[in-house]
Amino acid sequence: MSRVTSIRRPPAGYIETLLAEQPKLPTSPLMGVNQLRSKAVDHLATLTLPTKRDEAWRFTDISALTKLLFQPVSPVISLENIDVEHFYLEEATTRLVFVDGVYASELSIITEESGVTVVKLPSADATHAELIESHLGRHVDLEDNVFATLNTAFLHDPALITVSRNTAVIDPIHVLFIATQTGVASYPRCLVAAESGSSVTLIEDYVALHDETYLINSVTEIALADNARVNHIRVQRDSGEAFHIANCSVSVGRSSNYQSVSVALGAKTSRYNLNVLMDEGAECAVDGLALIADSQLADTHTCIDHSQPHGVSRQLHKCIVGGKAHAVFNGNIRVRQDAQSTNSKQSNGNLLLTEKAHVDTKPQLEIFADDVKCAHGSTIGQLDNEEVFYLKSRGLSDSVARNLLTYAFGAEIIDRIPIPSLKRKLEQAVLEQTSLLL
Amino acid sequence: MINKESKTILEVHGLHATVNGVEILKGLDLTVKSGEVHAIMGPNGSGKSTFAKVLAGHTAYEVTAGTAMFEGQNLFELAPEERARAGVFLAFQYPIEIPGVANSQFLRLTYNTMQAQRGNEELDPLEFDDYVRDKMKRLEMSPNFLDRSVNEGFSGGEKKRNEILQMALLEPRLGVLDETDSGLDIDALSVVAHGVNELANKDNAIVLVTHYQRLLNYIVPDFVHVVDNGRIIKTGGKELALELETRGYDWVGVEHQAANLATVTAGAA
Repeated sequence: MSRVTSIRRPPAGYIETLLAEQPKLPTSPLMGVNQLRSKAVDHLATLTLPTKRDEAWRFTDISALTKLLFQPVSPVISLENIDVEHFYLEEATTRLVFVDGVYASELSIITEESGVTVVKLPSADATHAELIESHLGRHVDLEDNVFATLNTAFLHDPALITVSRNTAVIDPIHVLFIATQTGVASYPRCLVAAESGSSVTLIEDYVALHDETYLINSVTEIALADNARVNHIRVQRDSGEAFHIANCSVSVGRSSNYQSVSVALGAKTSRYNLNVLMDEGAECAVDGLALIADSQLADTHTCIDHSQPHGVSRQLHKCIVGGKAHAVFNGNIRVRQDAQSTNSKQSNGNLLLTEKAHVDTKPQLEIFADDVKCAHGSTIGQLDNEEVFYLKSRGLSDSVARNLLTYAFGAEIIDRIPIPSLKRKLEQAVLEQTSLLL
Repeated sequence: MINKESKTILEVHGLHATVNGVEILKGLDLTVKSGEVHAIMGPNGSGKSTFAKVLAGHTAYEVTAGTAMFEGQNLFELAPEERARAGVFLAFQYPIEIPGVANSQFLRLTYNTMQAQRGNEELDPLEFDDYVRDKMKRLEMSPNFLDRSVNEGFSGGEKKRNEILQMALLEPRLGVLDETDSGLDIDALSVVAHGVNELANKDNAIVLVTHYQRLLNYIVPDFVHVVDNGRIIKTGGKELALELETRGYDWVGVEHQAANLATVTAGAA
């Protein structure tokens, strides 16, 4: 009992203190945006920050976050390409760069590729009103989710990407969020609307230029109309002292295909909520890797919600936990009553590298339909002795054998990223973490 | 290939080994000289695969008595990786799959580890690529196997070829092949056997652990040993394998018991 009572409610006024900065945001020429923001501000009065007493946050203590008062971002961008070009990806011909949440046009490239429209909100005019009205804030849960609501209250420079009907965008779009200031909160926002029959690859990438504390509170909404295809790669390489709280909501239309790979390497405390709503005949593959050490915490909550028949979903989530780090995975697969003939497979593998490494995993199947095929499984363990022996029998030392297997465990996920240069970078990051030379 | 100038590569005396406290090997003796091919045969559960794994240093097996000298070194004092670097190679019956690691990366890592051990120059990815492709051609392996993850999704035959490819790259002094023929169709068997024959030379030695005689149609052994109940109970030439194929294993045991009995009787007299 003492453990429960020792959990403190966050100090009153935390949200109010944050919100004090909100009225300084410039008014948008689009009424819809202003309304969305003010509604969020009003709604925040009814919300509180979660504590470990909330089921969805029982393993993730954010009380440290509430003790810090993050300053508003000073909108000074003094970065040049040379400072950050090592984060750029050669495959991406469209690149949107946000520095501490503020759009940096001089670092971005928007190619006039037919079918893709990228809008910066302050310049958004009535022609974008429809996109914003029909999608912005329509996919993410703004009822109970205090962080998504906070993000919406602070909505200023979202990345808005539309892919026109029947257009296949070949080159990936890189949305790069760079943290440069310490002690600040930033509210990245992404919206991708893939119209019917279109396809696109989005890389959502969070990086830092320093190792200090800051807060990222991001929201991504992805809407796939019918027969669309979206590849979504998400990489979180924030500073090891950062807080990263992210909500991503995806609506997968009829016969559409959503493929996602998310990799979490950074942040002291990170939380990623991914909600995928599946329409009839929709397919998705949701893969994830958390590679953490020291005293990092990486919490991934996913929900794949089959609302209509004939959906197919597949999920592989892995955690590699070193030091005294703590990984959390909560994977919910929901098959609603109407979602007959759903085929769903979920697996979760966890590798604990040290005695103090910790993982909490909770795969959940909630099935309300009767004609479905669902499987899930979870493993937690150390490296397999047979595998270690195999490598040692080839002359590899014990440590190289173990590092190679650890690398392989993570590389299986990274391998699924269809962008060669990003794949190489991430493989390198895993190699460094496993002190392996290949 | 038996010749007078050959040197002893492996000398095993009175080997006893247990797994989970159960004794599997009960006094096994074997001497292998350079240039020789030995076949170790025996019924299921006789201990022949255990013998292969004990030589490679599998940690699940505990050596409780006996010695194994490998080119003058006490094998049992060496860790598995040290044995490999000294020149012992075990081709696995069930090779491990390593999703996420390209076969080319794995092969180069092991090859360069061995090169460093031998004081030879390591190869960079491009140089290694040329080198390994040539070896693969001899094993009729498609270069596609370089880009795929180690053994992942390989058929039984492809996995065994990949084992022999590793043996070709690491150039061991002693190659121990644990049931390399199991699960192979006749074409794959012939390719794998051909690969092994190419590797066998006057300076190294091969120990084939097998249940069936058919592999020995392709790799002709100099000695055939029958293991039963953890010991070698009969040794002969290649014709012994044919006899085992037609008569099975039971008669060897019976003959062995009879001989033992005769020895005991003679001793008593």
